[in-house]
Amino acid sequence: MTRVFISKDAASLALGADAVAVALAPHATVVRTGSRGMMWLEPLVEVETAAGRIAYGPVEAADVAGLLAAGMLEGGAHRLRQGPTDAIPYMKRQTRLTFARCGVIDPLTLADYEAHGGLDGLRKAIAAGPAATMDIVLKSGLRGRGGAGFPTGIKWKTTADAEGDRKYIVCNADEGDSGTFADRMLMEGDPFSLIEGMAIAGLSTGATKGYVYTRSEYPHAVATFDAALAVARRAGVLGADVLGSGRSFDIEQRVGAGAYVCGEETALLESLEGRRGQVRAKPPLPAHKGLFGCPTVVNNVITLATVPCILRDGPEAYQAIGMGRSRGTMPLQLAGNVKFGGLFEAGFGLTLGEIVNDIGGGTLSGRPIRAVQVGGPLGAYFPEALFATPFDYEAFAAKDGLIGHGGIVVFDDTVDLAKQARFAMEFCAAESCGKCTPCRIGSTRGMETMDKIIAGTSVEKNTELLRDLCHTLKFGSLCALGGFIPYPVLSALDHFPEDFRP
Amino acid sequence: MPEYEPWNQERAAAIIAAEAQREGACLPILHAIQHAFGCVPTDAVPMVAKALNLSRAEVHGIVTFYHEFRRTPPGKHVLQLCRAEACQAVGADKVAADVKHRLGVDWHGTTENGAVTLEPVFCLGLCAIGPAALLDGAPLARLDGAKVASALEAAP
Repeated sequence: MTRVFISKDAASLALGADAVAVALAPHATVVRTGSRGMMWLEPLVEVETAAGRIAYGPVEAADVAGLLAAGMLEGGAHRLRQGPTDAIPYMKRQTRLTFARCGVIDPLTLADYEAHGGLDGLRKAIAAGPAATMDIVLKSGLRGRGGAGFPTGIKWKTTADAEGDRKYIVCNADEGDSGTFADRMLMEGDPFSLIEGMAIAGLSTGATKGYVYTRSEYPHAVATFDAALAVARRAGVLGADVLGSGRSFDIEQRVGAGAYVCGEETALLESLEGRRGQVRAKPPLPAHKGLFGCPTVVNNVITLATVPCILRDGPEAYQAIGMGRSRGTMPLQLAGNVKFGGLFEAGFGLTLGEIVNDIGGGTLSGRPIRAVQVGGPLGAYFPEALFATPFDYEAFAAKDGLIGHGGIVVFDDTVDLAKQARFAMEFCAAESCGKCTPCRIGSTRGMETMDKIIAGTSVEKNTELLRDLCHTLKFGSLCALGGFIPYPVLSALDHFPEDFRP
Repeated sequence: MPEYEPWNQERAAAIIAAEAQREGACLPILHAIQHAFGCVPTDAVPMVAKALNLSRAEVHGIVTFYHEFRRTPPGKHVLQLCRAEACQAVGADKVAADVKHRLGVDWHGTTENGAVTLEPVFCLGLCAIGPAALLDGAPLARLDGAKVASALEAAP
């Protein structure tokens, strides 16, 4: 029977992919994959033909009879036919490295993974040895994709050089930023790439145990990743003798419990150790004293999952993409009120305007874009005047913003930025770990002050107070939660002052 | 929809014993207890403390730190409605107001008939197809008040 590919990504399931798969099952061999990331076309059905995969979407179960009658299984014409998947402009314009296999392969079939270049990176790392592997990662220019942008090779080398009889690789899969879903998509769509990346990190730094800390709000990612770990162990990718290298490395997944602050690396380590997710003061760096006091690499999912293709294709190929000090690709996540929402992996350097207008197609509501929040709840709200800003760690920082984990949330002209500023403070108050006073008390005082401004009470005086409070939070907080919450608040105030006036 | 077990000290002891030898066992234990009983019952706290050589206050502190852990069992269905920015951009606040009105509960509340517990959640990673929710762990997208109501009606 003809093979058809239907995503089982949580987003596809939310849009009815299971019902479509059931309707097609009597007529074709249904392969469940991850998502290609074109969320407006989900549920997307891809048909394997002599001319490659032909895409149909968005397909509802009720469309299936008509699609079959139109000759869908031979790639026949239909109003939902999108043509060859790889030729869809949204796909064609991307540089898919980290997400090359996502939506293409069965996420839990290791043979599929290997047929698409999987495990080549780990084999190369084993052959090259730890020092050369770390050198390749350093030369690629890869920086932490969780948001901080710290050079990955340096972090690994620091951990490798640190004294310790036990070392750990910890993967931060506590993807709590609104507007981001790259970690989730990857863990559901290509979990072996994360396993391979962690094994490379382990063998390079001398760590024998890895933990993946996944948020509990991602039940599908948790289930898929646990299943992938079992497959990898059975195949000898993990265990006492990783791919016959004589070296040992294994991974365990732990599930968070709904605390946003556990995405901060030291809070995450506390949580893994079984305590309240309260931030630790740095130094010591986790690379020196991390999990259970041992040298620990803490990297984001995307950082680790990108390492295998860097090893496979060489650091030069990766380094050649990007702009400035931001090398390689970033999975941009277009979210919120946007017409073509989804994941778009591209080299750094696209401008914000290109991303939201050309790629995103403007708002879903059809109204003008008024603000774009980049980098999650701690990221700044950018107005159209800043749309020329290129997507790059340094360029965004220069405009008092951050790219964070690559979430881009679009708002139309009905947004009230004073309300968004209040929400930022409310969120910070709800999620503060309570360890440092500026964040714990300041967020609640900020929320109260925003309430007064919104109510029109002594607006000028309270706005001044809000700025002063943001200054204290920015420079007095222990971690990025309190330290960065001034970004959304002050950007809203600076770029949209009219929303703060009575 | 999971059926929760009534509190049983022996069962709790077995759950704790099964997890206690792991590194940093506290969260896995609390998850397993909540999975069985629908919450972390007050009676479980001293048992966890003893097994991990912690004080009751420490375990209480851990249970109450994490939004996920409940002190009482939820209603028959748990609706986790996203409140985060990407969903706000497509009307999540209005959906939340509508759902609260229909159910007659506020956040963390359970309807009088015990059918539904409403929980806020900050992001489900369904940010391109919001407003989003999880109903008993199953993802829902592009919600409005009516769609939530029909999903709840259809829930077994």
